[in-house]
Amino acid sequence: MKKKIQLTLNGKKTILEAPAHRLLLDLLRDEIGLTGTKEGCGTGDCGACTVFLNGKPVNSCLILSGELDGAELVTIEGLKIGPELHPIQKAFIQDGGAQCGYCTPGMLMMAKALLDENPNPTEEEIRFALSGNLCRCTGYAKIIQAVQDAAKEIRQAARR
Amino acid sequence: MKRTEPLEIYQPTSVNEACRIIKQSGPGGHFLAGGTDLIIAIKEKGWVPRYVVDLKRIPSLSEILTNSDGSLVLGALTTMREIEISPLIRDRYPFLAQSAAEVGSIQIRHRATIGGNMANATPSADVAPALIALDAKAKISGENSERIVALEKFFVGPGKTLMKPDEILTALIIPPHPATLRGEYIKFSPREMMDLAYVGVAVALAMDERKKVKHVRIALGAVAPIPMRARKAEAIVLDQILSEEIAEQAGGEAAKECSPISDVRSSADYRREMVRVNTKRALLNAASEHWRPTSWVERRDRRY
Repeated sequence: MKKKIQLTLNGKKTILEAPAHRLLLDLLRDEIGLTGTKEGCGTGDCGACTVFLNGKPVNSCLILSGELDGAELVTIEGLKIGPELHPIQKAFIQDGGAQCGYCTPGMLMMAKALLDENPNPTEEEIRFALSGNLCRCTGYAKIIQAVQDAAKEIRQAARR
Repeated sequence: MKRTEPLEIYQPTSVNEACRIIKQSGPGGHFLAGGTDLIIAIKEKGWVPRYVVDLKRIPSLSEILTNSDGSLVLGALTTMREIEISPLIRDRYPFLAQSAAEVGSIQIRHRATIGGNMANATPSADVAPALIALDAKAKISGENSERIVALEKFFVGPGKTLMKPDEILTALIIPPHPATLRGEYIKFSPREMMDLAYVGVAVALAMDERKKVKHVRIALGAVAPIPMRARKAEAIVLDQILSEEIAEQAGGEAAKECSPISDVRSSADYRREMVRVNTKRALLNAASEHWRPTSWVERRDRRY
């Protein structure tokens, strides 16, 4: 059964129809065409599918479209600020915080969630926040470095 | 990964309406809270619900309230993350906040609810021993009915509770406790994060001015078909000054009381031994003077 869903998706009001059982992940990728969000495990262990739902980072592989009416969603495509890459994205590029890149969208979203709450995290706090995001290339050291550098850049920009 | 089969989704706005939907629609339905267990069961265990009743549009279920008598009411849809970061819970019952922080990832904890976690009755649920150590009660609502049972009695087996199919767990109620109550939750698991417990031990205790233990609860997770109290171990500690020897004895007794199974995570013998060690640690940590968990690192280092 199709259900009418009203969303704010990356800042834009969107009305669409989707079957209630369609996973949010599939809704984004297959019906809306936003393929930045990835499916890793499909069971909430790997974090590759992380998106913001009503401001909170969640696993889009565990949410049904039928739950979404009225929701505010931000995906990796909505992380950029206008035409500019987000400082977190810039830091990942600068520090080589991606190898194959598959986990990267989830890592970026979770790093954003962390830095929104805590602009000056310790290394342990970064590890704690990213514990639900797996990188099978195991490039964690550079990912953590990138989050630290992004945090520094965001703090400096706030002072400017 | 497998996908959900087509299903109907209902979004009632009151508990009565939700119960009525389940009654009228009959078997093949599930209540849906955070979905972090249900969707995984659909994908991994081959569950095929005909319909789900999404409880998240019922406003009264997602509040944390303090009653005038000092009891604390956690609405069933309170998320694990909300419990983890609630200033009220961190101040009064830091070990409960910590037990919630042990569940899954931050992403999972933003969805997973305390009511869903209890209603699914997984023996290894981290929050269950902490709640049982706090003498928590489960508030169960049906259509125009309501009953309150001790959380310890709420569980009847792995995945089974005493609720009827058309009843909903609507809140967890923590009765008032003296300000001197202190506690500890130790999750002992193969990996530090993103794993289920081999063993979970929660302790809550209160001491008099001469350091004698006047109230104690020891609750164990993952080592019996349901989260359980170790009553014989409690009896060893009660009215004693909590020395290393007493804690050791209580740990030994708790290891005898539990009934763990062997599975992919560990053998039953190992689980028993870890109950002994971690019960002792949890008791001594809970009784220690000057420790309040602040960061994850501090909590982690405290385990070993």
